[in-house]
Amino acid sequence: MRKLPNDLTIQKDNAKVAGQTFNNKLKQPIHESAKKHVTGEAIYIDDMPEWPNELHVATGKSTEAHADIVSINLEKVRAYPGVIDVIVQSDIPGEVDVSPVLSGDLLLAGDFVHYIGQPIFAVAATSFRAAKQAVELAEIEYKTREATLHPKESLARQEFVLPTHTITCGDVSAAMASAPRKIKSDLYIKGQEHFYLEGQISVATPTEDNGVVVYASSQHPAEVQKLVAKVLGVPVGQVLVEVRRMGGGFGGKESQAAVLGCMAAVLAIRNRRPVKYRMPRQDDMVQTGKRHDFWNSYEVGFSEEGEILSAEYDMVGKCGCTADLSDGVVDRAMFHADNAYFLPNARISGYRGKTHTVSNTAFRGFGGPKGVLLAETVVEEIACSVGKDALDIRKLNCYQDGKSKTPYGQEVDENVLLTLMEELEESSGYRARRSAIQAFNKQSPFVKKGLALTPVKFGISFTSKHLNQGGALVHIYTDGSVHVSHGGTEMGQGLYTKVAQIVAKTFGIDYQRVNVGSTRTDKVPNASPTAASAGTDLNGMAALDAAQTIKVRLQEFAMEHFGIAAEEFAIEDDTVFLAKETMSFPEFVKLAYMNRVSLSSTGFYKTPKIGYDRKAAKGRPFLYYANGAAVAEVVVDTFTGEYKVTQVDILHDVGASINSDIDIGQIEGAFVQGMGWLTSEELSWDEKGRITTNSPANYKIPTSADVPEKFNVKLFDRANSEESVYRSKAVGEPPLMLGISVWCALKDACAAMSDHTFSPPLSVPATPEAVFYSMQAAKEFSAGAVLNSEKSVKIL
Amino acid sequence: MKFVLNDELIEDNTLPSDFSALRYLREKRGLTGTKEGCGSGDCGACTLLVGALEEGELKYSTFNSCITPVQSLDGKHVVSVEYLSDADKLHPAQQAMVEHHGSQCGFCTPGIILSLASLYENSQASDKTIDRESVCDAISGNLCRCTGYRPIIDAGLAMQKSSVEELTPWSNLADNTESIKAKLASLQAEAKAANNYFQPQTLVEFLTIKADHKGATLVAGGTDLMLENTQRFHDFGVLVDVSQINELTKIEDNGTQLTIGASVTYSELEQFSKTRYPHLYHLLERIASRQIRNRGTIGGNVANASPIADMPPILLAFDADIQIVNLDGSQRTVSIHDFYQSYKQTVLTEGEVIASFTMELARLADFHRFYKVSKRMEDDISSVMLATRFNVNDGQISDLRLAFGGMAATPIRAEKAEAALLNSDVNDEQALSNALTILKDELTPLSDMRASARYRSDMACNLVRKAWLELNGHSIPTFSGHPVSDASPGYELTSNTSQSAQQGGASHA
Repeated sequence: MRKLPNDLTIQKDNAKVAGQTFNNKLKQPIHESAKKHVTGEAIYIDDMPEWPNELHVATGKSTEAHADIVSINLEKVRAYPGVIDVIVQSDIPGEVDVSPVLSGDLLLAGDFVHYIGQPIFAVAATSFRAAKQAVELAEIEYKTREATLHPKESLARQEFVLPTHTITCGDVSAAMASAPRKIKSDLYIKGQEHFYLEGQISVATPTEDNGVVVYASSQHPAEVQKLVAKVLGVPVGQVLVEVRRMGGGFGGKESQAAVLGCMAAVLAIRNRRPVKYRMPRQDDMVQTGKRHDFWNSYEVGFSEEGEILSAEYDMVGKCGCTADLSDGVVDRAMFHADNAYFLPNARISGYRGKTHTVSNTAFRGFGGPKGVLLAETVVEEIACSVGKDALDIRKLNCYQDGKSKTPYGQEVDENVLLTLMEELEESSGYRARRSAIQAFNKQSPFVKKGLALTPVKFGISFTSKHLNQGGALVHIYTDGSVHVSHGGTEMGQGLYTKVAQIVAKTFGIDYQRVNVGSTRTDKVPNASPTAASAGTDLNGMAALDAAQTIKVRLQEFAMEHFGIAAEEFAIEDDTVFLAKETMSFPEFVKLAYMNRVSLSSTGFYKTPKIGYDRKAAKGRPFLYYANGAAVAEVVVDTFTGEYKVTQVDILHDVGASINSDIDIGQIEGAFVQGMGWLTSEELSWDEKGRITTNSPANYKIPTSADVPEKFNVKLFDRANSEESVYRSKAVGEPPLMLGISVWCALKDACAAMSDHTFSPPLSVPATPEAVFYSMQAAKEFSAGAVLNSEKSVKIL
Repeated sequence: MKFVLNDELIEDNTLPSDFSALRYLREKRGLTGTKEGCGSGDCGACTLLVGALEEGELKYSTFNSCITPVQSLDGKHVVSVEYLSDADKLHPAQQAMVEHHGSQCGFCTPGIILSLASLYENSQASDKTIDRESVCDAISGNLCRCTGYRPIIDAGLAMQKSSVEELTPWSNLADNTESIKAKLASLQAEAKAANNYFQPQTLVEFLTIKADHKGATLVAGGTDLMLENTQRFHDFGVLVDVSQINELTKIEDNGTQLTIGASVTYSELEQFSKTRYPHLYHLLERIASRQIRNRGTIGGNVANASPIADMPPILLAFDADIQIVNLDGSQRTVSIHDFYQSYKQTVLTEGEVIASFTMELARLADFHRFYKVSKRMEDDISSVMLATRFNVNDGQISDLRLAFGGMAATPIRAEKAEAALLNSDVNDEQALSNALTILKDELTPLSDMRASARYRSDMACNLVRKAWLELNGHSIPTFSGHPVSDASPGYELTSNTSQSAQQGGASHA
């Protein structure tokens, strides 16, 4: 065997590898679980075989929004047939606080409660029904306190879960004072229920030495592991958490899935039996947090042409009773209050309003949608004020050369937004349709049409810097098969498929050789949540790093073994090239194994360049921006406010796509979810603080009939200018905000009632009722205007 | 209880009466492909197929297994997702879903597969082409939170295509039709054994069973009743299922009257009314989902006495009579106008069951419109529902009904507003205006999570105005789950209207 030439060194340059792009549109794989989904073979936690001695959990819930607990009598609960164990807070062996970041989220309430539905005690019974029936028998006495239920009250009472943060740029007051035109108004934006089809669930099985294995439906297994260890009072290493797949997450299983794992674990350890905690749908809708409501007030100064000169935004998030992830949520709302538009002078303040309601949490977009919707409302109002098409105002104010710095100081330097909007304007036939709609509305008394093009610019990276890291573990076995573990979780978004593609491409082998296994805390430790759209960016890069490490070892081995130069070694199209020789991948791997080459490696990635100075409220929170735009057309029934979305055209920027079918699936799904948030999905609470929309019977997510037949989605084909994994861009969250085009189109249709002389307020969500009263407002404005000017205009 | 589950004959007499089909599959048979998404029949993740012999033919339809007592499936063929594939072979619905990226998280997928498979099998059997509307109809009760439905609809549209392209479209369902038919026929011939769930086939049998089980709860489709079990965890005792009673499952037109059996399902009435009563058909399409309409019955909807049910206002508009059978076999007839007493209270006494509803054909021939307002077009409960009927004679409104859901504690007529319009000229705007003013005072609805009182009140008026305008020949669209076409300004159901307009608002279409 010849020695490696001394002058030949091998560079492991991951950036260079990652900087290539995929070019596999013809042979890209389908979702790795597609066949298992359609045959019912895919296993979710509730599908795992149950042990004969398995116990089932239900919790006793607070019926008061804010109260001291005076007494608890659980005798009848304990006596109920099938009940094996009943626990209250003092029965928890370790710590009772299960907050993801800060504090305040208690596994079980102690001597006070701060939302209706808060768990006070937990029952483990031999059947799920017995547990549910038993918890109803508790006798709990409360001494009620005054409850804060609305973010307006939080602001008035200065009740916050965390301190207020403000971002400023330029001279806001001077610019506002000198602005030729001004608008001051506010917008209340309601939240959203996640409605993942698989409800929250965990199964815990006790192991030796007081350890526990938890099967979780969680986007953040490392956090479940940490919190389970905390409530049990054991080292983190004693706890193993595994997540194969979730039946949907959408942010709802980022922090709030941990409670189920913790509860099941405590009861499993106490009883030395496997314990399943599955929330039935109603409990899930009552007991777990949602997208934050936001109350946004704004004042904007602008030129006669409609150019924004100054903006003052006060954004109050309805955080609920604890901080949970609200700091990041409100921050991200603030970071996106500009959306695609340059604000030369701005003050953006974000308040973390405390209310005695369930603690709101992450939801696809993580606050961003509330900023973007504010920005889009502002441009709509400006357009009406200066009498222009809203698209002209959007283009005028869009980030471009000379108008590229965000209020927090990051440069928008890719020049994608305006190009993308103009391309979509052209391809969707926006202008011609605008004229057609105007003509239609003039002669159509009973129905009105509306049209809007709205963009989205979404910052990619966790705003908590430390979370921007990914880990992976790659093994090659002697038959050439490859096993990948990484810190990301699969919730349907196709992460496992993309990571397998990345590993296959990095090795140069067939995708079929790569298997991505369950996400387990003992394979990749301390992993970040699969969130912030960053799953592929972080875990794909880490997997690439691991694969690249092994590939370099293989290269070194080949050079030594065959006496070839570095550049004479390659693996392409599943074949190993060794100077003039070729070998199959399995053959070569076997040879490497026989020569004692390590065929396993970890991989790691941390996002470069980012950093945000919170004190100065300046910096670069994001590595890059993902962009997109949508045109929505609607038709509205003026008698009822009912409407139909008739056409949607989307152009979205995913950089160089790793898997265009999966990316388009994400875009369409996010769009419809965003549309649902702004149309039929309405959360409702009564005056006591009880959620009244606690079931799919009264909370309505879109069905297939709400999706337009003309639904055109195209990818904006340009590689990421940052060195992201294979120059792709994140796709999970950004397109959710394209749903805002539907809301703006509805607003446009309502404004048609006043011939666009008035921009009528439109509630969020724009239910038929909301649309009806928006139209009424426009009609009344028009009628008033008619009276004033004594013009005769026929209005219905 | 005996039924065929996939390819296995099941016999089990140990179950509680209200034990759901979903629980039976998952907990007793280990068939976990079928999922629980909500437990209330609203999401469709638990959708299964039930096959039954109808005049010698095997017909499959979908249902929500989470709210269906498994014992109600006695004598039927029940199909779960596990039956549809075999090793590497996939049913055309599965194949198309894979090829079109129709699944993401996969949790709703098995339910969607069953809905699409049902559409496929029924289309094959009847030689129908599958279009977009039939796909959306088939999956109207299937919620998907990931995909935005586009790829699922594409998959549905591609099912037939892939079967043409492939040499041997493979369907386990189609391949085994004859053997399943034979099994079901032999089950039918067997004597029924039941201990806590009874499914009488005749009225006489029903009366005997009911006499033996005085405290028993009646169940028809169970689409509302079973929520007591799955949402409030109530355990039912003996259940007597009225859905299979022969006398109650018929729709008859005797030339002067239309009689609808109480156990007729929405789907059956939908089929019947499609060409005969298009306005009724279109309203039925707005009720719940395909899965629910396959199980839910007209009698159940009426007897349940919900103020937001959609059938009662329709029956009020047509002055329907209700035939009621007593435990002793005696019958009485009650007008729908006298049926509801207060919130959830009817004149039905213990031991009584609704047999049928009768309407005069002459009234059905009157101009009528039904409008339903809800947050979502498919599978939603009405905020407000108006059923209205006008008889116009010599240009005057000679008879009318304004019947509402969602406006009071019971389904209700606005009798004062009706009186204000009665005998007015059909095009008398002042009369309409007076009637609407009266209507606003007459009905005082509540605010809840579905709508505010103000909106309900405004809608009541606007829907009456809309009907009145249509009566006067205006062409006004009514949105539904169907796509809106570009033919403007009127979209749907306008041909009859314009016809009646040309006839000067003449009463019968």
